[in-house]
Amino acid sequence: MPNRVVNILVPVISVILGLLVGAVVMVVSGYDPVAGYSALWNGIFGDSYTIGETIRQITPYLLSGLAVAFAFRTGLFNIGVEGQLLVGWFAAAYVGIAFDLPMYIHLPLAIIAAAVAGGLWAFIPGLLKAKLQVHEVIVTIMMNYIALHTTNVLTRMVADGKETTGTIKETASLKSVFFESLTDYSRLHYGIFIALAMVFVMWFILEKTTTGFELKAVGFNKNASEYAGMNVNKNIILSMVISGAFAGLAGAMEALGTFQYASVKGGFTGIGFDGIAVALLGANTPLGVVFGATLFGALKFGSLNMPNAAGIPVEIVSIVIALIIFFVACGYIIRYFLVKTNKKKEAK
Amino acid sequence: MEYVIEMLGIRKEFGSFVANDNITLQLKKGEIHALLGENGAGKSTLMNVLFGLYQPEAGEIKVKGKTVKITDPNVANDLGIGMVHQHFMLVENFTVTENIILGNELTKSGVIDIKDAAKKIQSLSEMYGLAVDPYAKIEDISVGMQQRVEILKTLYRGAEILIFDEPTASLTPQEIIELIQIMKRLIQEGKSIIIITHKLKEIMDVSDRVTVIRKGEGIGTVITAETNPNELASLMVGRQVDFTTVKVDANPTDDALVIKNLVVTDYRGVERVKDLSLTVRKGEILGIAGIDGNGQSELIEAITGLRKSKSGSISINGKDITNKKPRKVTESGIGHIPQDRHKHGLVLDFPIGHNIALQTYYENPISKNGIMNYGKVSELAQKIIREYDVRTQGEYTPARALSGGNQQKAIIGREIERNPELLIAALPTRGLDVGAIEFIHQRLIEQRDKGKAVLLLSFELDEVMNVSDRIAVIHDGHIVDTVLPKETTEQELGLLMAGQSTKETVTKQGDTKHAE
Repeated sequence: MPNRVVNILVPVISVILGLLVGAVVMVVSGYDPVAGYSALWNGIFGDSYTIGETIRQITPYLLSGLAVAFAFRTGLFNIGVEGQLLVGWFAAAYVGIAFDLPMYIHLPLAIIAAAVAGGLWAFIPGLLKAKLQVHEVIVTIMMNYIALHTTNVLTRMVADGKETTGTIKETASLKSVFFESLTDYSRLHYGIFIALAMVFVMWFILEKTTTGFELKAVGFNKNASEYAGMNVNKNIILSMVISGAFAGLAGAMEALGTFQYASVKGGFTGIGFDGIAVALLGANTPLGVVFGATLFGALKFGSLNMPNAAGIPVEIVSIVIALIIFFVACGYIIRYFLVKTNKKKEAK
Repeated sequence: MEYVIEMLGIRKEFGSFVANDNITLQLKKGEIHALLGENGAGKSTLMNVLFGLYQPEAGEIKVKGKTVKITDPNVANDLGIGMVHQHFMLVENFTVTENIILGNELTKSGVIDIKDAAKKIQSLSEMYGLAVDPYAKIEDISVGMQQRVEILKTLYRGAEILIFDEPTASLTPQEIIELIQIMKRLIQEGKSIIIITHKLKEIMDVSDRVTVIRKGEGIGTVITAETNPNELASLMVGRQVDFTTVKVDANPTDDALVIKNLVVTDYRGVERVKDLSLTVRKGEILGIAGIDGNGQSELIEAITGLRKSKSGSISINGKDITNKKPRKVTESGIGHIPQDRHKHGLVLDFPIGHNIALQTYYENPISKNGIMNYGKVSELAQKIIREYDVRTQGEYTPARALSGGNQQKAIIGREIERNPELLIAALPTRGLDVGAIEFIHQRLIEQRDKGKAVLLLSFELDEVMNVSDRIAVIHDGHIVDTVLPKETTEQELGLLMAGQSTKETVTKQGDTKHAE
């Protein structure tokens, strides 16, 4: 079997296996898997509204996945995407509310504010890693908590003590009347174009620029990079900042697109943490992130329909979704078996 | 004649590539049998077949006359075959005993019986004169000692037949002598040994018979006493090989690299280079001879900007480069073949083509305004691959997949192509075979003949004597003396390396002009 066929077969078989085991879980728990999966399918592709909402859900996953993947490529583990997303969310909402500007300035300004906020938030762990060799995992985890509670305080201040700020000005909104008419008033917004553009940006930085060449070299071998005259510390910080900027943009998607406001949060959104899985599913490549985010977003949104349409409790749904993702993530096991059976055939 | 191991007509294929073809190796009881071949000739593959890591496509293996099928390393262990790997398989922060019993732990009602194992290891160590402390931690003992732990590991598991894979690659000359004594001791105690190597001198010193393989094919077996290094080399390479590097006399002109009163400390702040002065002139190769660990690495790192120097000055063609960043040093006209090609020389997961562009990726025409031109990367890579005879499937092959010699040729190509004023070659031929060594020496001499300065660091006396025009001997961070290869002997160099000055009038430290 040629390598290309294996590469396509692996994810397909993984999804099928995940669905099968998920079905077993549903049967054992006394629910109808056929009804469950048709509810899932309808929840994703059922009508123009669900399709719109599914794509809306994929949008922030694309960016959080890119954020994790980008840091990974430079050998850094950015667990702080969640926090960077939160500060990005707040920054975009604040700019969206506080300023009165024409749209061609206001909207880009709000988006850039989110990217800058996320980038700055990631700059701190980057700096600590580069200068003091503090492990970025610890710092980014802690920065997540700081982000959560700091943005909560700031949100209350902006909202005059209320839990939710007012709606952002229309000049800063990503809302799309065209998409609303197309998708039966789903919350699908123009942010998907920004997310897809960032997929291209990541690919371009890594594969086309000297900066990308350096970032990858540092990720693989710091000593050889230093020997070749690269500034290893600068590259570590830069990688974290770019990663954080992607994460901040994910926050902007929520602030300017989906919700149009910022609110006090009792806990994390999970989008940043799911970004780790999205990046890993996509093998840390830009195109892979598109695949991972699509899978994640579709399952996340589509599964909301399962309790309503098939009467399956939310807990079982979570297990089923987790199983599907688990099997996709374990693709290497399937690859192993494919390659092995292949070898046996060749030997005969 | 009784053979303990017979490998008859072994053939091993990887896809369409034939790594071993019709190789026969017969090991007599109590002999040291050398397996000789260039890098990539298939020595390791053959031994991995014997050790059960690979299954041969054809041929048979007999142990003590009985045909066996070695399906995995455990079977090999049970048959009394033990392997001493080139890259030691040791857990750094475990003790010697813990490492040796790893995977084979003796337990008393579920608890590991370290004491018993240590006692057994102690007695084995004494029996073979290994002098290993069972309770020492691996990270605290020398490389030579670690190798003895590997030997003990095989003995502890009852090995009768020991395979040594390139055992001298990382040893100092003194450790090599000790290893040879240990091998002879093992033979006396009735063990049999296969030694994989491409170092002819060692083969002549230690082995009884030699089996030669070339490009995967068995060339034949000869008795060591009836052959000589020249014959072995031509058997191995398939053509005549020059040992004494042919070169015309040097024509040194102006000073290129001038080091004055340099002091360099290591990461603990201990001075490793102490008030060292040294000059390399254009058109000469200056060899630095010395035993590993006398400040050579720190010296080179200080010159190339990888390590800060504490005091003193370094200049190249009159330009001061003391404590400049590596990029600045490189741009001042210094090419550097690093001591550890895996650590500093290459990004192993990058394609070999990217590695060839590693020093010039940010310059026109490889990139413009921060945008890479990968077409130009390929062009440069193909040129280097062609001109420096780098054997690879193509410029997109990961550097990791190349053999050591070809990796080194790519690095040398990369550095020489930039046309540096000074080429620093640190252990440029470490672990390479005769053919590659010859190639690399010629390139160094070529640079010299073009009027460039070459600084050669080597632990091998042969290399220093053959290639250099002047030899600076380093000991304990000082240049003890500077001598001319024609006027010195290995004995004299050896004494100098040990820190003894041969002249009654003690040479003024660091004065290099002196020896002419």
